[in-house]
Order: sequence, then C-alpha cells, then structure tokens
Amino acid sequence: MSDLLLHPEHRFAKILRDHTPEDGRELSVLNFGPTHPSTHGVFQNILLMDGERILDADTTVGYIHRAFEKIAENRAFYQITPLTDRMNYCSAPINNMCWWMTVEKALGVEVPKRAQYMRVIVMELARITDHLICNGILGVDLGAYSPFLYVMKYRELVYEIYEEICGGRLTTNMGRIGGFERDWSEAAWRKLDEFLEGFPKAWDELERAYLRNRIFMDRTVNVGSISAEKAMNYGFTGPNLRATGIDYDVRVAKPYSSYEDFDFIVPVGQSGDTYDRFCVRCAEVKESLKIIRQAKDNLPEGDYHADVPDYYLPPKEEVYTSMEALINHFKIVMGEIPVPVAEVYHAVEGANGELGMYLITDGSRTPYRLHFRRPCFIYYQAFAEMIKGGMFSDAVATLSSINVIAGELDA
Amino acid sequence: MSLETIDIQNRITEAFGAEVLNFRMEQDILTFEATPAVIKNVIRFMKEDKALSFNFMTDLCAVHYPDNDIEAQFAVVYLLHNWVDNVRVRVKTFLNGNKVEVDTMTDIFAAANWMERETYDFYGVKFIGHPNLKRILNDDGMTSFPMRKEYPLEDSGRSDKDDRFFGRTTNNYQPK
Repeated sequence: MSDLLLHPEHRFAKILRDHTPEDGRELSVLNFGPTHPSTHGVFQNILLMDGERILDADTTVGYIHRAFEKIAENRAFYQITPLTDRMNYCSAPINNMCWWMTVEKALGVEVPKRAQYMRVIVMELARITDHLICNGILGVDLGAYSPFLYVMKYRELVYEIYEEICGGRLTTNMGRIGGFERDWSEAAWRKLDEFLEGFPKAWDELERAYLRNRIFMDRTVNVGSISAEKAMNYGFTGPNLRATGIDYDVRVAKPYSSYEDFDFIVPVGQSGDTYDRFCVRCAEVKESLKIIRQAKDNLPEGDYHADVPDYYLPPKEEVYTSMEALINHFKIVMGEIPVPVAEVYHAVEGANGELGMYLITDGSRTPYRLHFRRPCFIYYQAFAEMIKGGMFSDAVATLSSINVIAGELDA
Repeated sequence: MSLETIDIQNRITEAFGAEVLNFRMEQDILTFEATPAVIKNVIRFMKEDKALSFNFMTDLCAVHYPDNDIEAQFAVVYLLHNWVDNVRVRVKTFLNGNKVEVDTMTDIFAAANWMERETYDFYGVKFIGHPNLKRILNDDGMTSFPMRKEYPLEDSGRSDKDDRFFGRTTNNYQPK
C-alpha cells in the first residue's frame, strides 16, 4: 500500500527515486492531511521531508468544494445567504452582511443608520469569535489547551446573541435586503452587555497565558515569516497582511456600513511571523470591543430595516390581513425580485482578510455571475513557501496562525 | 484621492491606444476592456508605472457569455487596487470561444497562480505560460468545465421546476 500514498508521477516521487543518500539520510514523504487534527479542516499538504525538516511542500485543496458559485447562478437572491454562511463558518454574519451589502449596492437601497450600526455590532462580534478561535487553536496546537477554554464560554454567549437576533447559531443566515428581519430583543441587548462585561477579562487571561510565555514565544517567534513585499504579491489581506507591517484594512480604506463613524486603530506587526499574527489578532479583538461599545452607546434612533417593500418581507400580521402584503410576500419568497442590470464589487473586512463579492446581474431573477473573493484561498497558496526549510512542528503552528478555514478555501 | 480616474484613463490610452477601450464607471469602479494581445502588458504597465502603481491584484475570475459572438464568449476579469491612492480598477479581456487562451499573470502577481488555476478549472481558460496549470478544486479526472453556462446544474429532464410556470423569462426587469 505504501506506494499508493504518493502518486508515482508526482514531482516528489521523482525526487525520491533520484535521491541517493550519501550520509545515510533518506528523504521521506509525509501526507499532512486531508484529515489531520491540526489542519482543522479538510485539506492536504504533501511534504517532502528530510528527517523533521521540510524540504518542499505541495498543497492540495478542494476536498469540500460545494460549487457555491454555480448554485448561486440558479438561486434567488435571498437563497444565496445560506451559501455564504458556509464559507467562513467561524464568522458567518460577516459573510451574510457582505452579501446583503452587495445586493443593496446593485439595487441602490439606502440602509438606515440604526441598521448599519447593528450590522457593525454583529460583524465585530463575528470578528471576535473568529479571532478567539484562531488564537485559541494556535495555543491548542502548541500544546496549551486551557486558555482556549477560558474564552469558549464567551463564544457560546455570542452564539446566543446570534440566536436572539436571527435564530441561527453557527450558520446564521442573518438579515435581509435593507437590514434585519426583526428588531433585536431585550435579551439580545442584555446578553451583549453581559458579553462586554465578562469577555475582556477572559480575553486578558488568554493573552496573559501566551503573550510573554517563554515556550509560546520560542515556538512562534520567527516561525512561518513572510515579508511585506511577498505578502502583498501573494494577495495577503487581513491580519496576516497587517502582521507584516502593511496597514491595509477595508474598514478604513473604503468604509462601509458607517465604519467611518467609529474611532479605532488598525494594529500592525513587524516581521510577519506567527507571533506577530497572534499579537495583531489580540489587538484587533480589543479594537473590535471598542467599536461595539461605540456603536451600542451611540446607536441612532430609527428603523432596523430600509423601507423597500419590493425587497423586504412585509410583517406577518399584514400578510394575513392585506392583499398587497400577501402578494409581496409571495413574490419575494418565490424569488421574483426584479434586479436591474448591474455589475458590482463589494468588499468587507472579513475576519481573515478582504472578503469580496463580484456580482453581475442581467435583469433576471438570479445572478448571472457571482464570484466570491475568498481571502484564505488566495493567501493559502503562499503556505508552501512559508514552511519550506522549517521543522514539521513549525508548519503546524504556521497553519493555525494563518487562519485557513476549509469552507472558505474551497467554497 | 490624488489619482483621478480621468488620469488613469489618459495614461493607459496614451500607452496602448486603440487596444484599450470602453472606459466607464461601473458603480464605484473604473472599468475598461483590453484586447487579449495586450492584456499582459496593460497589467504590467499598471503595476510598474510610477503614476499608476496598482500594486495589488485583488481578484481574477472569468465570465461566460454563450450568447455573444464567438470572438467574445469569455471574459477574464482582473481587479487591481492601488493602495497608496486607494483606487480600484477593473480590467476585462474578451476571449474567443474557440480559442480560450490568455497570457498568465503569475510572473507579475504571485496571487494570480491559484486564481488562474481556479478559472481554468471552472471555465477552461488556458493561461499561457502558467507554471502549473491543472485543476484545483475539482477532481483531476474531470473532463468538463462546470461553470460554463451549458453545463446543467440539475437534471434537465425535470419538468416540475420549469421556470415558464412561474412566468419567468431571461430578462424581466421592468424599471419603474
């Protein structure tokens, strides 16, 4: 069976055949994945190893490809939101909001300030949960399990907030064209307060466990580094890019959903290594908390959705009592929403980079073409270069710290 | 914003003349088309020219237009971003349906590598000069290009989901 582990025509097979061990050192091939506990998702790395050192790597992706772009071409607009959930499922609301904003751009819908602020709150909550998973898992992969559990409790609380807002937890399918499906309940706001009060303490505990920890620093400083030029060339965005020292953030470069109203800084690192990526995420979590507090305290009065009866489902009471509402409801649910001919690209700052959606409509009821710019698909191609020459255990740390989410990678 | 769209247009037209055409604003992004013969030079020029310096390739994808003339059945769309002046520009190149080929951008932007592989995988666009042009998300043994419009998503023999019963035609948007 051993020869089946590597395709005989693979370039590593040739290297193995041609290699003559001079000092008794033999090369070997290691399949890191597709189902390895520290890949946290289904993707494979074929590694050419000299002992514990990685000489070369071949990254293979596509194990959970689900053809979202093709499916989207055959679905009504509101039916595409559940597809976006399943890309970066650690921060599904960001994907949902990006999709609604893309559609709103195509339709020219103006969203009320209050709904925009609510979106900001939910997107920043999603960013926090994404970062806490990424940073927590980095520790878990390096052998430190407990700090991850300190913060897990608060992810659960965030999921309860999602549940109050939209009913979903992991794959949220949140929002509508123009805003939210309902105003947030008392319980949602109460839980948000609870989160804002308890989470910073738990987060500090996690930070304290790692940040100046000798073992953690030895395992992460100068591991999996990438220079700013290379990162830019490879299409890095998000915390991974900022760890190299470039302060590109979509929230600042092209503010959407009223991000220009908030006061926050864009943390950057210096050397682009695993430790810097960890630190940038830690700092971003604090900035996100700052943004949430500002949005909550300055929440404008107004409606939680735009006044667009053609696209926004009417309230249930009206559906049962008035003819127009019933017709509107039926038309929207059947996907008979007229969408003008448009070509839009909308980008948001996703938890792991610039999440963009490129939508072309031709006047029919489904997108003519929908392309997702998935940040981790683009930067994951640099992974082979980042781990070359390092130890195998460093590859694990690097992989955890670049926050590759299999769902987003494969779409 | 110090780099105005009109300056971008003038500078590129100056360098490439009639090979670049159809400059317009699509919502908030300047969009234009370039012929496949010059597309690589256009992208390289946009990156290396001091005034333009579009340093970042945000996105690369293809679109299939089976109803177009044979010369323009595929479009490859590049989205570039200048981070200093914060301007995005979208460049399109239309390809012949019988000869779906265009030069690779991998030697200009490393990010293009997988995006071109993905585009090849789903549309069968051949990127000439690509170092490793093989399928990326689909199985290597696959013979079709599934994002092309002729590739059906569901069993075409199904009669219960006929769009005609819902009064749907291709273009039924009625501006108010």
